Amino acid sequence: MSDTDSEVISFFVREKMLEEQEPPLTERGAVKWLRENLFSSWLNGLLTIVSLYVIWYILSGIVPWLWSPTWSLGSLSECREVLTGLGETTHQACWGVIRDRWQQLLFGFYPSDAYWRPTLALVILLAGLAPVLFGSIPRWFLLFSAATPFVLFLLLWGGPIWTPLLVGVGLVLGVVAFRYLVGVNQIVAVLAAIIVPVLFWLFLVEPIAFELTYTAPIGLEFIPSKDFGGFMLSVVIGVAAIILSLPLGIMLALGRASDLFIVTKLSVIFIEIIRGVPLIVWLFTASLLLNYFLPPGTSFDLTLRVIIMVTLFSAAYIAEVVRGGLAAVPKGQYEGADSLGLSYWQSMQLIVLPQALKISIPGIVNTFIGLFKDTTLVVFIGLLDPLGLTSAIRASTDWNGIYWELYVFIGVLFFIACYGMGRYSLWLETKLQRENR
Amino acid sequence: MSVTENIPTRQIDRSQMKVSDEIAIEITGMNKWFGTFHVLRDINLTVQRGERIVVCGPSGSGKSTLIRCINRLEEHQKGTIMVDGTELSSDLKNIDKIRSEVGMCFQHFNLFPHLTILENCTLAPIWVRKTPKKEAEETAMKFLEKVKIPEQANKYPGQLSGGQQQRVAIARSLCMKPRIMLFDEPTSALDPEMIKEVLDTMIELAEEGMTMICVTHEMGFAQAVANRVIFMDQGQIVEQNEPKEFFNNPKSERTKLFLSQILGH
Repeated sequence: MSDTDSEVISFFVREKMLEEQEPPLTERGAVKWLRENLFSSWLNGLLTIVSLYVIWYILSGIVPWLWSPTWSLGSLSECREVLTGLGETTHQACWGVIRDRWQQLLFGFYPSDAYWRPTLALVILLAGLAPVLFGSIPRWFLLFSAATPFVLFLLLWGGPIWTPLLVGVGLVLGVVAFRYLVGVNQIVAVLAAIIVPVLFWLFLVEPIAFELTYTAPIGLEFIPSKDFGGFMLSVVIGVAAIILSLPLGIMLALGRASDLFIVTKLSVIFIEIIRGVPLIVWLFTASLLLNYFLPPGTSFDLTLRVIIMVTLFSAAYIAEVVRGGLAAVPKGQYEGADSLGLSYWQSMQLIVLPQALKISIPGIVNTFIGLFKDTTLVVFIGLLDPLGLTSAIRASTDWNGIYWELYVFIGVLFFIACYGMGRYSLWLETKLQRENR
Repeated sequence: MSVTENIPTRQIDRSQMKVSDEIAIEITGMNKWFGTFHVLRDINLTVQRGERIVVCGPSGSGKSTLIRCINRLEEHQKGTIMVDGTELSSDLKNIDKIRSEVGMCFQHFNLFPHLTILENCTLAPIWVRKTPKKEAEETAMKFLEKVKIPEQANKYPGQLSGGQQQRVAIARSLCMKPRIMLFDEPTSALDPEMIKEVLDTMIELAEEGMTMICVTHEMGFAQAVANRVIFMDQGQIVEQNEPKEFFNNPKSERTKLFLSQILGH
């Protein structure tokens, strides 16, 4: 180092190391958060204050209405009496109606000594869905899932055990026929897998079930669909339609994307007609018009008709969502699968659909949430869904004139179910995202 | 690009590269149209077992379409294509049979992104060949070692580099034990340093006597490995010759122009 440098750079040695210090008050904890998120500028500060006022205004209206000590009261007039006695206005909820009638809102006119059946059915349904929804559960559990629909049918409707059992046997026969013939010819195997169970159901189930019931009358008390009601009815229709419409929708989407002219056109016509007409029209068709087409004397369960209509309706929507997913799978994936010698069904099942469905998850779940809420439309064709039951409850002298409490309760039930579906969809997306990166 | 680029540094072992009398592919009078556009015109080509053929030509000359016709990714409208003695027609059974005998590698790899590398390789053997899972996995690991990426077996394609993905794609095809391999511009989507690793894998394959048809612009590869170079233009085979003659002494004006353009700088 030269002399001139030492004149410029003054000599320095640190004698004492500095301790770590806390940041100034404005840079930590709540103060920093407030400054960054709520008051980052004058305009934002002003907007924050206005928003807080609006939120307070709304809550100050709702919370006192919700916070109402009326849980134990037995009629609307009692509520009014108590609330006036407390010196409050009548703008308060009367929760006694929920305590008094929650069973009716959940189960409709289902016999009260059989409430355990739909409750157990719900538990079995959730257990049966678990292996399908969450991949981490052992695969053999899927067999249990496959048996679930028959157990649920038996629990909900009752009757002799043999009919659902024989319907299940029909499906097994179809699978066996497919397995046996698939080596010979694929098309023959598929046809056999459809025709064998259908023939079995049409001609053999009834006489065999009759004989078996005669010799061994095992079963549960039969409960007709007209006694079904409340949130249970919504769940029955919703879940059945969701489970049935997914495979049907996928088949329609594949049909629409197919190279076969007639298959494509039929799929398009089906989708456009179903989608182009309001659901309520289809429900009226199910309840009124179908009777004209069926042979006189046949009674075809109304709930079943509604399930079929809702299934077809949502299948058309699912088909369009899945079609979007199919279109988003690059052409190279189809070619990659083809070049390895995979058949059409193999390449769809193993390559194209897993990717297409992953892309379609948000749309599919969105359709399902819409479908589940649309089940309340059945009130218009005389089924007692939760909304229909509110009128039934109002018809009693005790609760004449009560509206909001019932609707809030029903709304919360639907919100829990729909929010759950939404969260599941998010979870599945992140899981698949992480797996494939 | 020059002829010397990407020539392998090591000595190529030609002991196994034997062309036999057996015919692997026979194309006679084949024509194809895309709508009204006549994309392939009167193609006649016989490939013996063990041949390594490089197809080159300007873009739009129909070279990719030609090899895509060989495993029916494209349908031809006139003429016949025989692969291993089986004629390609609209009979689905024949098509599936030929596809499982003919391996193919694409420009953009076309690996299945939702499956691991190992699952990519075992999928077709398990579902098409009905190989037991364990056996299929052993075979897959053998081929992954051959293309030098066994340690990536449990990753997903998206986690690999382009060169690695293309080598997986080659391994995936090899797992079906094909007798013929088609390469559709396998290095065109790769960075320069990755091209070499893929070409090395292809050279190894040639050394083992695989019948190969490669659409590529890698002229170094053509000179080192091919026994025949085919030049296509406007949907026709314009010139074919053994590589030395083809590069040093091209006959047609069109070939001369093409070679001067790709080798000139």
